[in-house]
Amino acid sequence: MEGAGVQIAFWVLSVLTLVAAGGVMASRNLLHAVLFLIVTFIGVAGFFVLLSAEFIAMAQIVIYVGAISVLILFAIVLTPQSVRDNSETAMVGPAILLGIALSTIFLFVIHDTAWPTTNGTPALSASALGQALLSTWVLPFEIASVLLTAALVGAIMLVRSETEENEDVADVDA
Amino acid sequence: MLTLEHFLTVGALLFCLGLVIALSKRNAIGVLMGIELMLNSINITLIAFSRFGESATPIAGHAFVAFIITVAAAEAAVALALAVSVYRSRQTVEVDQLDLLRL
Repeated sequence: MEGAGVQIAFWVLSVLTLVAAGGVMASRNLLHAVLFLIVTFIGVAGFFVLLSAEFIAMAQIVIYVGAISVLILFAIVLTPQSVRDNSETAMVGPAILLGIALSTIFLFVIHDTAWPTTNGTPALSASALGQALLSTWVLPFEIASVLLTAALVGAIMLVRSETEENEDVADVDA
Repeated sequence: MLTLEHFLTVGALLFCLGLVIALSKRNAIGVLMGIELMLNSINITLIAFSRFGESATPIAGHAFVAFIITVAAAEAAVALALAVSVYRSRQTVEVDQLDLLRL
């Protein structure tokens, strides 16, 4: 991958993504943490563009930045007692130690392994992805749609209040 | 010159940050944000391998990521519904206070 623009884009995106992820860890207000999380999601979408995965980048923007962030914001405003609190439990010390140890191991493995890479640019278009999803992986594709439906119904069932359930029972009895 | 290692490094660091967040946050929604970060870092890694790796079907990495995003969306919906449901019955979503099953 050549070009000064690509290099600059990579380093800017790396700093943006990692600093924003650090902001999710460091900010004391949960709403600020969600805003940092949105910046991280946008940075990851930028990486997908750099890696010539335009469709995945678009899906990342629509699903993560558009849907999941709004879902998290709704969950925060629906649990008002904890809106302002993004503190850590007593496990923060061991967790940070584990994170540092694990990232050290990861970095050694990444830099010491001779990855079999190719210099060519593989054909990674959105139409190729669509063909693959509807031919090779058509069964998992259908299962994913069933999973989404089940998750939708499950989420609705979980957040129903007792009065709503009683109304439904009354409707069935009537 | 950007190589596979650059993208793997970013993915690994983002994964470890997400792991620390998921393990240390007190608020259940904060834990969920850490899990989302970890899923995102895995997606970067898979896309990087499908772009640079030697494979007969490089598009498989993209399909894998598409399924991960689907499952992550379903997971987020159910987990946040659980958080709201737990808040209704216990008036808290702080994970160290949800110790009903502890002896």
